[in-house]
Amino acid sequence: MADININTVNKYYGDVHVIKDVSLDIKSQSFTVLVGPSGCGKSTMLRMIAGLEDINSGTISIDGQVVNDLPPKQRNIAMVFQSYALYPHMTVFDNMAFGLKLEKRSKDEINERVQEAARILQIEDYLHRKPKQLSGGQRQRVAIGRAITRKPKVFLFDEPLSNLDAALRVQMRVELAKLHDQLNATMIYVTHDQTEAMTLANDIVVLDEGIVSQKGSPMDLYNDPNNLFVGGFIGSPKMNFISTKITSKSNDKTEVDLMGSSKISIPKTSASASEGDAVQLGIRPEHLIVNQDGDGSWESKVFVVEKLGSGTFLYLEKEGEPLVVETEGDSNIKVGDTVKVGFSASRCHLFDSSQQAFK
Amino acid sequence: MKKFTYSSILSQLLLLIFVIIWIIPTFGLFISSLRDKDLLAISGWWTSLTTTEVNEIYRMSGMASQIQEEDYFIIKGKLFENNPGKKIQSFGITSKKINEFKIGEVAIFKDESKVTIDENGNYLWKSLTEFTKKKGKRIFTTSLSPPSFTFDNYKEVLFKEGIGRAFINTLAVALPSTLIPLIICSFFAYALTWMKFFGRDTLLAIIIASLVVPLQMSLIPILTIYNDFGALFGVAAKSYPGVWMAHTGFGLASTTFLLRNFLKSLPNEMMEAAKVDGASHYDIFLKIILPLSIPAFASIFILQFLWCWNDLLVGLVFLDQVPSEIILTAKLKELLGSRGENWEILTTGAFVSMTIPLFIFFALQRYFIRGLVAGSVKG
Repeated sequence: MADININTVNKYYGDVHVIKDVSLDIKSQSFTVLVGPSGCGKSTMLRMIAGLEDINSGTISIDGQVVNDLPPKQRNIAMVFQSYALYPHMTVFDNMAFGLKLEKRSKDEINERVQEAARILQIEDYLHRKPKQLSGGQRQRVAIGRAITRKPKVFLFDEPLSNLDAALRVQMRVELAKLHDQLNATMIYVTHDQTEAMTLANDIVVLDEGIVSQKGSPMDLYNDPNNLFVGGFIGSPKMNFISTKITSKSNDKTEVDLMGSSKISIPKTSASASEGDAVQLGIRPEHLIVNQDGDGSWESKVFVVEKLGSGTFLYLEKEGEPLVVETEGDSNIKVGDTVKVGFSASRCHLFDSSQQAFK
Repeated sequence: MKKFTYSSILSQLLLLIFVIIWIIPTFGLFISSLRDKDLLAISGWWTSLTTTEVNEIYRMSGMASQIQEEDYFIIKGKLFENNPGKKIQSFGITSKKINEFKIGEVAIFKDESKVTIDENGNYLWKSLTEFTKKKGKRIFTTSLSPPSFTFDNYKEVLFKEGIGRAFINTLAVALPSTLIPLIICSFFAYALTWMKFFGRDTLLAIIIASLVVPLQMSLIPILTIYNDFGALFGVAAKSYPGVWMAHTGFGLASTTFLLRNFLKSLPNEMMEAAKVDGASHYDIFLKIILPLSIPAFASIFILQFLWCWNDLLVGLVFLDQVPSEIILTAKLKELLGSRGENWEILTTGAFVSMTIPLFIFFALQRYFIRGLVAGSVKG
């Protein structure tokens, strides 16, 4: 069992306030992904948990014990770095055994643990090679193996797949998910890639400029973003945003103008909103229906068609950013066609001027 | 495929010229040191590389050594001592025609006496009348002399002139003066690079600033301080520990700076991985930094060792000029004054002083080159 509790933690680099009063509870044996754009403080967060960065205020506790002043080795954690950070002068075996040797384990135990980790990661054949003789994917496995052999309570991953090519990244992603099931350890994973976050996580923590924007299961975040930032960050291609105004408002519904062509009544509301307020209407490309009326509809010219096989993305001319629509793969809509898209009211999100979502 | 451009050809050419400029004096010094000291004084070292034609004058023995055989009076002898390489090609009996006769031909003097010579210099001089002159006649020979070298100069220089002792003294100065700062600077550079402590950047700035201070400026003050301290502990004013400490002090700033720059190029994440793995600073230094820094250590070793080996000033100031303490450069300087005309001693002494630097460079040069470019290419 290794719950991690982070309580009103602050971090400054000089005058720059990078982590602002962050509080988080990470459940034992969960796979938690910290996600956000670069510079949002997610790596700093992870390094503070690892003990590689000092904390200016607040507490971090692992398994009920406050670890603020403990060095990394007493925190019972293991970390996998983006650049692998293998020891270039040691063989794969020695790389994986390094931590165990420092713990003064017996030779048999070291051998057994390294072999076991190698078997899990399928790198048994490379144990006597040096890191430079390995490919990127193999190196990353060794880095993960180095973490596994020490049997830590908590695994920390700092963008471990960013240096791999696309195909390998997908493969390693699956293996990481498998590994989490096998090891039953608490894993904290940092990435800027929302696909990795969606596929791997039990819980996603979206960080934005040093604050937790939203925390929840992947589907919660997808279906019910708390604010404009999360709405835009989760999902690929990203959510469409349409600037509009509230035309009328009732207890459980808000009616907004749909780019002059029609009005749509959305079953969400916000106490602070009132008629005439400027809001952002958000809808995901996969929730727009081509050539149907829906609860509201709008027509425009297609200027880019992206065929992916499984689906087709249409880019429709709109004031500001184009409206992206997903339709079936064998669609025969061409560039220049005028297309009508239908909006489903229940799939629409509304965000007020302070970017908070209507519920 | 390598592209040959004008600039690359030019740079190759320049490189070749530099190499030749550097090699020729060294090579000349080496050849000179192996030559006979008499030849060294009269001809250049380049003449000794090929077989050369030598014209010489010898005088045969006089009447005292004649013997009588039947009708003839005979004088037998050798023109020169056995020299397996030297072969006479031709000879003459007058200074106007020094190669009038070939080997095997009979030369007849005005007094009707006849002489024959073989190529090894054995002559047979026959006459019907008795020889009456005290001195024999002159023979002009033309012979081919192959290159000949000798280690006599080395024997003399190493064992009689005290260079051998000075060589050992210099090793006794240079080795500790290299190893002590290397050990100190490795810990120091690690701390400057990977440990956080108050005043680290200031310390680094002071080190860089001290690189600019010329040695000559601080030499005498340091000697005075050392002597005052030495007096407290009863250490002689001029002794080996003093010169070791002086070299350590003067070398520490540059060695630390060089090593710190190398360590800075090692990836930070590797140290962090080691920290997470449970390594202390000492573990990281011993098990990760040291094995990875061998090229850097080697190049710093070469720089510092050569500096100490070639140094004259510090050795002059901190050591007495007595046989047990004098260093090679000081000894050579001394010989230059007292034996300035004995080229064989100076060339040989100079070459002896070059052997160790050459050996060190060739033994460690692959590390040297790797150390200098380390960090510039991602490994």
